[in-house]
Amino acid sequence: MNLDKISRRRVLQGTAALTLGTALPLKRAAAADTTVGFIYVGSRDDYGYNQAHAAGAAALKSMPGVKIVEEEKVPETEAVEKTMESMINLDGATLLFPTSFGYYNPHMIKMALKYPKLRFEHCGGLWTDKDPKNAGSYFGYIDEAQHVSGIVAGRMTKSGKLGFVAAKPIPQVLRNINSFTMGARLANPKVTLQVIFTGDWSMPVKEAESTNSLIDQGVDVITCHVDGPKTVVENAARRGAMVCGYHVNQAVLAPQAYLSGAEWNWEVLYPRFVKMFTSGETIPNFYRGGLKEEIVKVSPYGPMVSAEARKHADEVKAALTAGTYVIFKGPLVDNKGKTVIAGGVSRGQTDPELEKMDYLVEGVIGATS
Amino acid sequence: MKADVDAPLTPSGLGRLLRRPRFGGKMGGAAEFVVIPALALAASLVLFGIFVALFGKNPLDLYFYMYQGAFGTWFSWQNTLTRAAPLILTALCTALPAQLGMVIIGGEGALLIGALCSTAAALALQEAPSLFVDLAMAGAGMVGGGLWIMLSGALRQYRGVNETISSLLLVYIALAILNYLVEGPMRDPTSLNKPSTRDIGAANMIGSIPGTDVHWGFVFGIIAAVLSYILIYHTVFGFAARVAGGNIRAAKVVGLSVGKLILVICFLAGAAAGLAGMMEVAAVQGRTNANLAAGYGFAGILVAFLARQNPLAVIPVSILLGGIGASGGLLQRRLGLPDASVLVLQGVIFVMVLASDSLYGRLPFLQRKAP
Repeated sequence: MNLDKISRRRVLQGTAALTLGTALPLKRAAAADTTVGFIYVGSRDDYGYNQAHAAGAAALKSMPGVKIVEEEKVPETEAVEKTMESMINLDGATLLFPTSFGYYNPHMIKMALKYPKLRFEHCGGLWTDKDPKNAGSYFGYIDEAQHVSGIVAGRMTKSGKLGFVAAKPIPQVLRNINSFTMGARLANPKVTLQVIFTGDWSMPVKEAESTNSLIDQGVDVITCHVDGPKTVVENAARRGAMVCGYHVNQAVLAPQAYLSGAEWNWEVLYPRFVKMFTSGETIPNFYRGGLKEEIVKVSPYGPMVSAEARKHADEVKAALTAGTYVIFKGPLVDNKGKTVIAGGVSRGQTDPELEKMDYLVEGVIGATS
Repeated sequence: MKADVDAPLTPSGLGRLLRRPRFGGKMGGAAEFVVIPALALAASLVLFGIFVALFGKNPLDLYFYMYQGAFGTWFSWQNTLTRAAPLILTALCTALPAQLGMVIIGGEGALLIGALCSTAAALALQEAPSLFVDLAMAGAGMVGGGLWIMLSGALRQYRGVNETISSLLLVYIALAILNYLVEGPMRDPTSLNKPSTRDIGAANMIGSIPGTDVHWGFVFGIIAAVLSYILIYHTVFGFAARVAGGNIRAAKVVGLSVGKLILVICFLAGAAAGLAGMMEVAAVQGRTNANLAAGYGFAGILVAFLARQNPLAVIPVSILLGGIGASGGLLQRRLGLPDASVLVLQGVIFVMVLASDSLYGRLPFLQRKAP
């Protein structure tokens, strides 16, 4: 056989195929009035951060004239820019939800500048008036739900020791830890909470080790703030501890151990945003809310939660929903004895000082650095 | 005994060795390096098609979307090349030491250290003209990454530590250093929920190749790959490295300074990955934070092995893997496949290419007949 001839023929065939392929018209996704793109940093079924967003996206599927395109496990690099552009160019998406915190700057900003007619909505509450007007960032005061969940934990603990598996000592996480602890100590002032920082958002092995080590120290209620709470919840339940969930309802993973939890309520927010978008209304660039605005919610209490715990938690939840209750008010002392909010000062949810939180309140065992 | 007469035609033994120096033989050899990986790739695509068909999806749709997502439009091409850019450089981090018979898998660590060093250089030189800043960033990134991998080489040379293990473990140390600096001494106090260093400044950012979205890292990657090829195959130094890689005792007997070879090659390898880190900072992120640990260093290992450690082959293989990455999104969106399906495809390709190693010299139609 003559190799040269074969390869020449192959090359010609290949070139022809390539030309044909390039000439094929771009096959767009099925026609829809509005195509909405969702991008997740992790897996859509992580029982956590990404699943909460995917549940919000799923809530749009029943809306007429709205088509959803989704992509999971997109890293916070140029890859997410290309994913956004691919959704725009190949799927015709006009509204995009890059949901991970690290997608915002520089990636989403860059795309918002490049496609000024399209709308970009980011989860994290980072928008400032220096950023493009077609970009927005929303977030929820999930510490309200954590506070209620903490009350349940404080009522239900027998050892008086709670445990918290946290990713990084950043303001958002510290606020959840503090709010949960303050809720627990409202229910039982003797309660302490041991916190362990794993160092990153998704570290299943460290999360399991932390859970075990907390239980070995006598902790009997565990909660967490990591991207996927599945490991923590399942391990805690297996060891006989009670758990409070985070991000989404994890009761299915541990029906006999799941007390309550702090959940996102994107199923309510996303249809609200998409309705604004399709009706030509402008989605606010900066959008935040808590229980009152239905951006966060508290998981239904587990069957083992006592009547008094339910009653106490429901009271505070009602007050938070009515907007008459402030979690962070003075005098508030951190776990080193320093006063962080002076007596008489009341820091409501929208107070920007809370965004800079760098302390752990009294009752938390652990350090931010 | 007809078989005996035919025997010298079979691709084995002395007959093949004798044919080697001939021009035709050489061509046959080169064709093997193209045809066999292409066959392996085609076989992987067929296997993956069967895998996808088991999930009730049409494999023809799969191929169409893969082609469209990776190479079907100008946008897709840019998407592919953008993803390929860091892979060329990190693949060299594995491919260069492989010439010495070393298996270095710590390109990710060198990338992170390179990113940190280049960011530090940019932040220290805020007043300087931007061209100077960029050169300093590239220099700092390459030296930082180079020293990082050279550490693995030195541990192997002077302490007998396995370089594969040490370079892998150094990745985690690099990540810990990065997290410590980014969350501590180098942290921008305004980066509240996403600890990052300060911005290197918009003026110091390296733009894209004109007319495209692809950043200059792609061009630098190609330059680095070509220079590596020349160094390995067309210089005395490269020849010495290959001799040492083939038989380290023989190399020592003929008086080659193996220690120096190891250190220099490891430095160059790390410098390539460090440059990838610098490009991620200067062309994409604008700052250093945990986003940089996106796995480019680990993907580079795959590229290097698929390219059979040939610095030139690293370029097309990077583009191929970039294309698979670029089409992965479309597969998720159009076929509803999970992200892991792309990993399955990468795994299948990897296994097929490694398995196809046994075919070299055995495919009759690629062997020249003896005269």
